[in-house]
Amino acid sequence: MQKRIKLEFRRNPLSFIFFFIGFILIILVVGTLFNLLFKQLVISPANFIAILKEPSVLKSIGLTLYASFLATILAVIFGTPLAYAVARNSFYGKNIIEAIIDVPVIIPHTVAGIALFSLLSIRSPVGSVFANLGIVFQDSLWGIVVAMLFVSYPLFVNSAKDGFLSINPNYERVARTLGASQWKSFYQIALPLSYNSLLSGAIMSWARGISEFGAIVVIAYYPMIAATLIFYRFNTGGLKESQPIAVLLILLCFVIFLFLRLISNKK
Amino acid sequence: MIRLENLSNKWGEEFELKNVSLEVKQGEYFVILGPTGAGKTLLLELIVGIYIPNEGKILIDGKDITYEVPEKRNLGFLYQDYSLFPHFSAKKNIEYGMKLRNISKNEIDEKIKELSKMFKIQNLMHRDVTTLSGGEQQKVAIARALAINPKVLLLDEPFSALDENTKTKLISDMKELHRKEGITFIHVTHSQEEAILLADRIGIMMYGKIVQVGTPDEIFYKPVTKEIAQFVKIENIWEGKITNKKEEEIVVEVNGKEIVALSNHFKVGQDVRIIIRPEDIILGKGDTSARNNFKGKITAIIKHGFYYIIRIDCGFKVEAALTKQSIESLNLKEGKDINIFFKATALQVIKR
Repeated sequence: MQKRIKLEFRRNPLSFIFFFIGFILIILVVGTLFNLLFKQLVISPANFIAILKEPSVLKSIGLTLYASFLATILAVIFGTPLAYAVARNSFYGKNIIEAIIDVPVIIPHTVAGIALFSLLSIRSPVGSVFANLGIVFQDSLWGIVVAMLFVSYPLFVNSAKDGFLSINPNYERVARTLGASQWKSFYQIALPLSYNSLLSGAIMSWARGISEFGAIVVIAYYPMIAATLIFYRFNTGGLKESQPIAVLLILLCFVIFLFLRLISNKK
Repeated sequence: MIRLENLSNKWGEEFELKNVSLEVKQGEYFVILGPTGAGKTLLLELIVGIYIPNEGKILIDGKDITYEVPEKRNLGFLYQDYSLFPHFSAKKNIEYGMKLRNISKNEIDEKIKELSKMFKIQNLMHRDVTTLSGGEQQKVAIARALAINPKVLLLDEPFSALDENTKTKLISDMKELHRKEGITFIHVTHSQEEAILLADRIGIMMYGKIVQVGTPDEIFYKPVTKEIAQFVKIENIWEGKITNKKEEEIVVEVNGKEIVALSNHFKVGQDVRIIIRPEDIILGKGDTSARNNFKGKITAIIKHGFYYIIRIDCGFKVEAALTKQSIESLNLKEGKDINIFFKATALQVIKR
């Protein structure tokens, strides 16, 4: 066995060395999270259990998951057609559209929050139109959803686009020659074949929404999402107050994503 | 009947297809033969409606379908990669077109039975299509295309994804299928073998144009341009000038040698090319009565699959094709002198 490893190392030294160099990043993530979990769950579980009983904490976590779910639904409804249109057509200015899709990824999220806030606050023209319809963004669920949508939809759209691009376009063409309308060839052929990419894009988008803080805190400090609550507790009560909530959020997300990954891999 | 009238298509400023006009008869096996990049696949895609041409018309049985959506054309189309829907079983692939037509379940089952029997794919029907071999995929894809009772079956390089043995078998199956179905087949390929074995008529396509249409004999023995002659692997293309003409018999001077050919289309003094297939060159030691009789020297003997190519220099360069036995019985060797003969009727004269 040892000889085998030695042999592999001689044939393939770069993989070994690069793996050791890169491992620092894995340690960074695993170490940080493990440290946090270990402190909370093993050293002082009483604190953690106390937190579980606090309704405001549970409410904020529930709100976070729910708001991000709504944002993901919107990303899927509007992002799927966008991804398909971009993937299947070549047109003048396509690269500009693709660059715009990526904009939310590259701008600082507080900037995104400020931009959204100035567009959608009640006193702005657009915000007042929505306010007349009964939708207020400032300090509301809708504000949170919009901010989450803004920062998370690129993950969904890009994943969906890659999914559509990876399907041989001849499938849809053949379907047309067999008598399928374009609409049918889309939902009977393209959509099922890109199901995995759409699902994993939606999961990523949902995760991104849950993790958002900067954009949300500007437009909707209240109602408090988990990230805002953790920041607030950190400012008022330090690590001791904020850590348990963070751990709870990590655990919940972990379980949910594991579950979603499992069902998405089954297909 | 399919009629293409002056079809042109541009990609940016470049013509991909230019003034393609063609008539394919009802029930005909028509092969479009040409090198890669000639626009053959695009031509099929225009016929089935995946793209629409910049100019020109497509008529089927007199009806203009140039701008009709593909789903209304009822044409069977087979892509080179067969494009079986990977998320469907073989059976679901085949029924797809029928289900879209709201055909009753009984009728669908009946048709599936008939097709699976015809293609001998009964045992594949519930298989995941991604696990099928190339030949099996081809059968399922053809069955899928025929399930909609198309007016025409269009085949885009149907054999190029198959290994040599499967290919030989499936080519003869294809011929039989065409005879049984009785519908028009249009088959696009770069393989001369497929064209010879399958075609009733061949259209040669080059640089986005149809440059010659004819029976396999006309195409392979009487190509009308130098490019076609080269494409059908005729190396014997000689350039000369007509020096004499008596009725349809013309004398062409090639590098100082006089070759007699038959043609009505030329005048004395015109520059022409003469083409002859290597199989039509006869080699021998003695004298014969053939009008075209030249002395030469063998410059090379090259193995070419199951036969040999003999290169001879007799003032102009000649290639002949012979079997191993003929080479041995004539005792041919590189550097030896040899006489060659060919008939005036075997020569094709084209303008230069």
